[in-house]
Amino acid sequence: MQKIIAFTVGGLFGVGLYISQMTNTLKVQGWLDVFGEWDPTLTFVMGGAIIPMFVAWWVADKRTKSFLGKNLPPPTKTEINKPLIIGSICFGTGWGLSGLCPGPAIASLSFGGLSGIIFFISMLTGIVAVSRFTNKENY
Amino acid sequence: MPIDWVNGLIGGLLIGCAGAIYLLMSGKVMGASGILSKFAENPNKEFLNERGFFLIGLICFPAFLNILGLLSNAITAQTNLTNSLPILIVSGLLVGIGTRLAKGCTSGHGVCGISRFSPRGIIATVVFVCVGVATVAIFKQILGII
Repeated sequence: MQKIIAFTVGGLFGVGLYISQMTNTLKVQGWLDVFGEWDPTLTFVMGGAIIPMFVAWWVADKRTKSFLGKNLPPPTKTEINKPLIIGSICFGTGWGLSGLCPGPAIASLSFGGLSGIIFFISMLTGIVAVSRFTNKENY
Repeated sequence: MPIDWVNGLIGGLLIGCAGAIYLLMSGKVMGASGILSKFAENPNKEFLNERGFFLIGLICFPAFLNILGLLSNAITAQTNLTNSLPILIVSGLLVGIGTRLAKGCTSGHGVCGISRFSPRGIIATVVFVCVGVATVAIFKQILGII
């Protein structure tokens, strides 16, 4: 059951990214390009995604377990630490340079060609490198 | 309203619904970078797990849509990703390292964090958006590299 849900959720997420054209790096870089010809599309994507999630958190807050009896995520952490800021600076730079973030990078693997695969492998290398070189408790 | 904005809104709502189902059914936060990293790091080397199925869905559904070609002309399978090897490698590494350090990306911190009024999610999103804007301004508008 868990696997069926995860498969469906991943699929819906991918369809959403594809329909909203977040797999098109020009749309993403166009949104970040506020000093050029700004493309507002990503604002609608973000706004559209936040609405159902807001309702979901509201429902989740009233429950102790998920509808399948699973534990719900712990309360949100409030600690603003260095890894959060440094990591977000690194991510923002890579995001701006390529126009891809992790979700669309995975969703476009089937049609993104060699460039998409090279980006994905580099991203995976970065992820694994951080896990190898950091103590899990400290980052 | 331009069709791109409508498609953006529809796609966004689907993304939000996906996250809502994952939260309310599986009790988990839908973050692409977190799911990928936990999938890659899993010590048991069991890859057909829940996260594996999430990733298979994420890859296969857009592939089906693309093959079926049922969608309007405004929706294409063009990624328009750069061919420049140095930019691909550097940006890929930065995205991987950055999202792992910050423990979240656009889906985890952006969509799931902001909708929960998470201070970490809001701050991370503000930082990576501002840095993304600055990066495009420098590398596209000033240097003309991308």
